[in-house]
Amino acid sequence: MTRKIILGYDDSESAKSALVFASNLAKSEDAELVVAHVLEWSPYSFLTPDELAERHKRRKEELNRAETALLAPAMEELARRGVQASTVLRYGHIAETICDIIEEIGASQVVIGRTGHSSISSRLFGSVAGTLAQASPVPVTIVP
Amino acid sequence: MKNLIKAPVVAVTFLSVIASPAMAQSIDDRVNQLFASSTGWFVNLIFSPFPGTSFPWIVAWLVIAAVVFTVYFGLIQFRAFPHSIALVRGDYSDPNDAGEVSHFQALATALSGTVGLGNIAGVAVAVSIGGPGATFWMILAGLMGMASKFTECTLGVKYRNEYEDGTVSGGPMYYLTKGFEERGIPAGRILAVLFSVFCILGALGGGNMFQANQAHAQITNVLGDYPGWITGVLFAAIVFAVIVGGLKSIARVTEKVVPFMGILYVLTALVIILMNADKIGWAFGQIFAGAFTGLGVAGGFVGALIQGFKRAAFSNEAGVGSAAIAHSAVRTKEPITEGFVSLLEPFIDTVVICTMTALVIIITGQLMSDPDTGLYLLNEGGTAIQTVDGNSGVALTSAAFSSAFGWFKYILAIAVILFAFSTMISWSYYGLKAWTFLFGEGKTTEIIFKVIFCVFVVIGAAANLGPVIDFSDAAIFAMAVVNIVGLYFLMPIVKAEMHSYLSRLSSGEIRKYS
Repeated sequence: MTRKIILGYDDSESAKSALVFASNLAKSEDAELVVAHVLEWSPYSFLTPDELAERHKRRKEELNRAETALLAPAMEELARRGVQASTVLRYGHIAETICDIIEEIGASQVVIGRTGHSSISSRLFGSVAGTLAQASPVPVTIVP
Repeated sequence: MKNLIKAPVVAVTFLSVIASPAMAQSIDDRVNQLFASSTGWFVNLIFSPFPGTSFPWIVAWLVIAAVVFTVYFGLIQFRAFPHSIALVRGDYSDPNDAGEVSHFQALATALSGTVGLGNIAGVAVAVSIGGPGATFWMILAGLMGMASKFTECTLGVKYRNEYEDGTVSGGPMYYLTKGFEERGIPAGRILAVLFSVFCILGALGGGNMFQANQAHAQITNVLGDYPGWITGVLFAAIVFAVIVGGLKSIARVTEKVVPFMGILYVLTALVIILMNADKIGWAFGQIFAGAFTGLGVAGGFVGALIQGFKRAAFSNEAGVGSAAIAHSAVRTKEPITEGFVSLLEPFIDTVVICTMTALVIIITGQLMSDPDTGLYLLNEGGTAIQTVDGNSGVALTSAAFSSAFGWFKYILAIAVILFAFSTMISWSYYGLKAWTFLFGEGKTTEIIFKVIFCVFVVIGAAANLGPVIDFSDAAIFAMAVVNIVGLYFLMPIVKAEMHSYLSRLSSGEIRKYS
């Protein structure tokens, strides 16, 4: 069974560096790469009646956009680098959902970009990479 | 965006031109007269009593419906209560549906439309007219109303319209047409049109004018008196910015702040009640005694009963049909699950929050009674119980809370304004759905309704409480007349759904995901 590496991917610059790092890693270890993108979502957030009515439509649009504008270019880039990869697209709390994906597919490690923000919110509530490093059941590589 | 900036500027210029007190007062008076004279007949029709009694037929209508649903579904509101909570927690939600409207979100949005002035001002009106005994009937109405809500919200999801682009429209107008057609009963379409007309009136009345009116009362309570139409114009400008200008950020902020205000309100009430722990027994004694004897209240125990039932229905809207509109957007394969979730709504709204308000008013001694006889003293007109400072409505609740914490009236003022605002936004949506059901979807028809809605904000803030509250009640209860007729015809469908679901739940076919 080939080893699986998860790349936590979004539209940030550091995610692009993480993609380069993960593709080299996958090649040298002959591992399978899984590109995971999680759309931040809480079932406990509050919506207006208008937003409720439009939610299903918006969700389709969001998934579509993530698929075409984010995951498709990443897959092209990986194909160009000669790496076999598949994608996972989910809604949820980002770090928790990546942990779920790790267990589901039995990945052996995770690569994620360190989001460049040093905003107050990430200082207060922690960044996705930081949370993942603490919560992940497998080794995490954080790429600056 | 341009218009958004302009609106307040125009409003302010308008204010400065004709803000002379005498003239402003006459504007308020004229609005009030015109309003009272043009809506009086409607109010009289809805609240006309049974011949030879003082018992309005509409109250009996609501109570009988709640009892019928409670019995017909075998006390479903108590049997399914734990399952309802599990559904809201997401125990039965498919993780692959993440990103869709969750049960929690549908409940929270529906609640932010119902939790509001009915819980603060409405309860104050109930206990000041009906005495503490009104609380008992209010709680009872809330508990039974859970079954009405269960019925209408299940139907709301089952018969909603799903459009190709993925948006949904649901509510009584849809189950009245589609459900009646399915069962081969005629006149569904006529009922749906009637419901829509009343829903528009309800949106303009209880969902709008009553809110604007009481928000103004609360602001003047803190800042001092000034003409109501000024508050009206400012409120209308903000509502306009949100519903016409699409300024979602304001709506989003309110949607987030309102639940916290609700929690803060209940916690403060609890603290006040605990501070007066020695009086809790006495307060419940008053509530039970008043429920059956009236304790000298105008109209006796029947007066207490009418007030309790009226205000409960007005506050939790069970049987009115509005919640069916809000709940219909949830993503679920089983319409009945939304029925289970929605039955928590009257519980939270009426049994918890309204009772808190009533207890605080009673415990802090706002209602004046004769120390010798123990009976309540009535005001000069004999229409309501004398209160410590002659307060009524939201001012009475404010006085009760402030007697324990002086600063609370400022918090309450903010809470009232936010509650009023979120209720208005919700009802503008309910009204709009009824409007587009009648006149078709389309930008122009939608804008016409939204502008009318904003005009009524100003009228509501300028008019006196009496005519506004009468019209608001009448319009909302008129919705219930049509909706409940529909529910009687369609309840076998809900029962079939319920039996199918509950048997699959107990056989283990429906399982928890986590």
